[in-house]
Amino acid sequence: MQNQSAATLKEDSMVLQKKMLADHYHKLSQAKECGKKVVYTFVPGNLNELIWAFDMLPVHPEINALQAGMRKKSGNYVLEAEKQGHSEDVCTYVKCDIGMLKQGNIGPTGEKLPPPDLLLLSYTGCFTFLKWFELLQQEYHCPIAMLHVPYQGDGKITPSMVEYVVGQLKENVIPLMEKVSGKAMDLDKLQTYLDSSKRAEENLVYIWDTAKHRPSPIDAYFGGVYYIGPIFTAFRGLNECERYYELLKQEINERITAKSGPITPDGEFNDQRFRIVVEGPPNWTSFREFWKMFYDEKAVVVASTYTKVGGLYELGFRHDAKRPFESMAEYCLGCYTNRNLPNRIEILERYMSDFEADGFLINSIKSCNSFSAGQLLMLRELEKRTGKAGGFIESDLVDPRYFSAANIKNRLESYFQMLEARRK
Amino acid sequence: MDCFVGIDLGSTTTKAIFLDKDARILGKGITNSRSNYSVACQVAKEEAEISSRFFLLSETLKGAFTQQQIVEELMEWLSAKFLLAQYKKQLSALKRECLFVLDSWSKHVEEKEKFNHALEKIFFKLEAESTELFQPKQKAKSDFFRDIASSLFLRQAELISKEQTLSFDRMVGIFDKAILRVENQSFAKYFIEYLDFAGNEVSKLPKFKKYEKEILSAIKNAALLNFNIIHTVGTGYGRLTLPFPKEQIRSEILCHGLGAHYLFPKTRTVLDIGGQDTKAIQIDFQGVVTRFQMNDRCAAGCGRYLGYIADEMNMGVHQLGPLAQLSTKPVKINSTCTVFAGAELRERLSLGEKREDILAGLHRAIILRAMSLLARSGGVFSEFTFTGGVARNEAATGALAKLINENYGNITMNISSESIYMGALGAALFAKKDNG
Amino acid sequence: MDVSLIIQQCENLLHDLSLSYVKEWKDKNNAQAIGYMPVYIPRELACAGGMLPVGIIGGGDEVEVIRGDAYFQSYICRIPRSTIELGLLGNLDCLDGFLFPAICDVIRNLSGMWKITFPQKYVKYIDFPQNFSNVGREYYKKELLLLKTDFENIAHKKITSKDLSQAICLYNENIKWIQKLYDFRSEKPHLVLTYELYLLMRASLILDVREHTQLIKDYLHSVENEKRPLRDYVRVIVTGAFCEQPPLALIRALESSGCYIVDDDWVLGSKYYTQNIPLLSDPIDSLVSAYCDFAVSTASRFEESKNKGHYLIEQIKKYKAEGVIFAAPSFCDPALLERPMLQDILTKNKIPHTAFKYAENTGQIQVIKEEIGTFADSIKLWGET
Repeated sequence: MQNQSAATLKEDSMVLQKKMLADHYHKLSQAKECGKKVVYTFVPGNLNELIWAFDMLPVHPEINALQAGMRKKSGNYVLEAEKQGHSEDVCTYVKCDIGMLKQGNIGPTGEKLPPPDLLLLSYTGCFTFLKWFELLQQEYHCPIAMLHVPYQGDGKITPSMVEYVVGQLKENVIPLMEKVSGKAMDLDKLQTYLDSSKRAEENLVYIWDTAKHRPSPIDAYFGGVYYIGPIFTAFRGLNECERYYELLKQEINERITAKSGPITPDGEFNDQRFRIVVEGPPNWTSFREFWKMFYDEKAVVVASTYTKVGGLYELGFRHDAKRPFESMAEYCLGCYTNRNLPNRIEILERYMSDFEADGFLINSIKSCNSFSAGQLLMLRELEKRTGKAGGFIESDLVDPRYFSAANIKNRLESYFQMLEARRK
Repeated sequence: MDCFVGIDLGSTTTKAIFLDKDARILGKGITNSRSNYSVACQVAKEEAEISSRFFLLSETLKGAFTQQQIVEELMEWLSAKFLLAQYKKQLSALKRECLFVLDSWSKHVEEKEKFNHALEKIFFKLEAESTELFQPKQKAKSDFFRDIASSLFLRQAELISKEQTLSFDRMVGIFDKAILRVENQSFAKYFIEYLDFAGNEVSKLPKFKKYEKEILSAIKNAALLNFNIIHTVGTGYGRLTLPFPKEQIRSEILCHGLGAHYLFPKTRTVLDIGGQDTKAIQIDFQGVVTRFQMNDRCAAGCGRYLGYIADEMNMGVHQLGPLAQLSTKPVKINSTCTVFAGAELRERLSLGEKREDILAGLHRAIILRAMSLLARSGGVFSEFTFTGGVARNEAATGALAKLINENYGNITMNISSESIYMGALGAALFAKKDNG
Repeated sequence: MDVSLIIQQCENLLHDLSLSYVKEWKDKNNAQAIGYMPVYIPRELACAGGMLPVGIIGGGDEVEVIRGDAYFQSYICRIPRSTIELGLLGNLDCLDGFLFPAICDVIRNLSGMWKITFPQKYVKYIDFPQNFSNVGREYYKKELLLLKTDFENIAHKKITSKDLSQAICLYNENIKWIQKLYDFRSEKPHLVLTYELYLLMRASLILDVREHTQLIKDYLHSVENEKRPLRDYVRVIVTGAFCEQPPLALIRALESSGCYIVDDDWVLGSKYYTQNIPLLSDPIDSLVSAYCDFAVSTASRFEESKNKGHYLIEQIKKYKAEGVIFAAPSFCDPALLERPMLQDILTKNKIPHTAFKYAENTGQIQVIKEEIGTFADSIKLWGET
């Protein structure tokens, strides 16, 4: 009986998230009619609370691209962009987005996406973002707000970095948002959203931490990408986002009590033989197939870095209504891909010990140099520091040509069999 | 006899190994991996079983004779006659299938007659030639019936089609269809027949006449021997298609590690360059894999690359190494990309560079890729064992030895002629480990 | 000095992968050297500290990458792997620090890799502002002051305003002569061979700025007297090659395929300013202004679409170019993402263009040469009709 009720609850958070997304995309399709202004922006370093404070609607091109990937539409979009002269060498998120735009800008729910009124370029942790919005501006001819978030080259956030970001917010970004939205900055509203963000963030940290249980009640990578859905995208700061994380927390708590594992597309996953830490984004075009390769080998992911690209909270950072701009700046500066390589290695090393992992796996993504350049060195450093073996596979975000199932399966199987053999 | 079996279903060849309960190698078999994996697997296993029988036969003979030279000579004769018997069996099957194909293809009675006649003639010739093909001390041109039969058949077919103005292409078409059907049949199951034939033929020979009793009794023993397969483990590229439960499947990484450990117990680093991929493997003192790296998505630097180069130069793959070794001034080749290799090659040739110098450069380029894979996996530690098809290429092994020495110092390097069986050997060892 | 001698000297510098010039310079001046990756660093600041700024631009086609491939996947460009190869070989040991400018994610991450691999070295990632408004300038000024302090620690000496002003003057002199070189090249493209110009620019990465200025002066003085035939070549601009450089053989091939290259973005850091560095009361402000107000347009700098392509079009007009060649290193995100935007603008302006990719060790020169030759021919034919 208990299993039954847990299963129903599990569905609740999924159902809620699905509804939130559908509603949002529907709102977007109606934006022009409803007189809503639309802001395109990226997930890492997103200023969601600020966008909502201006009563504007956010669109995240990476999310559209990954959704297109999961719906098997990205291959066609990528080809379209290449036909338009984009190189086969460059980021497929960009090409998927451009291709989608050229084919009518139909969003993942089948409704048309509105063109942007503002491109909010929060340039955080990825150089390609900069070129991506330059490309979009050439298509849409709308204003672009540049928020340059400096990289933590020395592995720390300096006061001057925070000042720089806050200064840009106050002197460039907010004035432009006021101009585009026709509304004045409403600090009270912003603070309300920031407060809400903080509460959701607390719950998210709690959720990541539950993977310390055995069996782990969550999969912090394949399941994790669903868990980050609301807070990384259009909803952070909103009530429904808070509600989602309350619900999710409740479901996970029940799984802990029932000593059960996460729900996979093939059902509950309780028999967990390997606890793995994963670095790097997933592949979206064969997401389920990829996940299956893990749970078929009884491997559960207990921590991942990809789920920290839109905010890294476990070290204590929270959005803070008392320091609205400073905390927004610190949020941007602290995102995972804005951290230098030594820092990323430390994070992974900590995951390995905190979550008592058996090994770690790097999914090296062709599109994403921000993640990938240096991963081979990270692999060796981590092996050296933890004494645990690392696995290394290659795939891509949304380019189906770059996901070779047989190759990846072969490597994963070899890797897990090696862990098993070393255990004996 | 209790035994353990390992099967390596590779992309081009399928290998099988039999081990006895003391982990002694009894026999090994190889066949080309065809479209039908389960047949390939069956054939390799049967081959390995026959090879086990021969191994045990020679053990029996060794017990019966004090002079080892006689045993050696006997074994050569027996094995030649055995192969001859098997070849004849295959040949008659091929003839049957050719006639069958012809029958289902041709509607014109007259035309069919002509082809029928031609085929009869061809097979008569082949049959007559067959005894010469299998002689002691004579290495067969290939392990595979397909290779031997096709070259002989096509030669005869060419002659006859000219002579009788029949379409040669048609002949080739018939052969291609028929050989596929033959390949999907098992011929090893008639091994008793072949053994009897071999025993009778050999003991009839004047120099062995006096041993007739011993020979026939040993043959009988070998024929009646019953193999009790305790456990089988499969590995290789196509391992997932093997009809085994998951527990009986191991990745080739683990198998290569264990296989290398078996042959060279001091091995710490293994490099395998196969047709489709390259693996750098680190193992511990028990042969357990501790780290590994495989080539990335790009197949640059695999054996396949040499295949492309050979095609591009209109040469056989096995000819590349020897030619490269003639080089005095290797050219620096920058592209190990299979896509660009051809273009770079043509450009070099057009610039007047010597073929051997270009080839030497290409071999070095492949080995450089392997070096980086080794570095990715943690480096090279003594002893170092090099396996896979490319390990048979001396230009490659030479370049590798040089680079290993330059970068890692004095390292013992093992290369085994058996390296193609490394995966199957590891799998058989796992079969024993799991059930021993 | 004879042209061939000057060029020989430059070529020796290009091949000098163990940086013997730097070692000699350090010994002679009893001073330090600071390495930097492309594209740009404020070399004036290093110079003010009495240090030699040394541009490291990969290993070209001479370094055989053995270790470097263990650090980078096959889909990452070549420059970081040959650079790390040089580092591991000890060729860069004579550098007392290494700067990694913000240009792309690969070079950015290389800075962290350098920290891990060479922990005893000074390694700095310089995040230049992408926001050129007041906030960006203030931020950059603070960054420059921090960099100045770091340089002072390395050089064991204070860098005064006077030091910096003097250094700025030296570089302004250099800028002036590089400009003269390009102008002369545009005027008499048959006299200044492309690969000579390239080698002269490459020398700027390593030579003391005074020596480099003198070298250009000498070259211009001598090359005027060269007897070189004027050919029926088309005038083109090459763009996209600001970081990883094409091999010298490829540069030669471009010219011999029928093109006079009247402008390019090779070795871009040495001609990063569009005019002299302004002389402001605080010389640090001069550097800020030079970076924010008077820099070239290049893919690693943010640019709004209303300005996109203006710089290129201006250069085309200024140098009377008839076409543009987009030459980008394989897997170079900035260059390859910039390319379609610029191509679009050129197409709208009816300026012929073509594109190819290369790596610093590209071996297939012939294919590119034929493509460019065809492009040059098409311009000639097209121009006549």
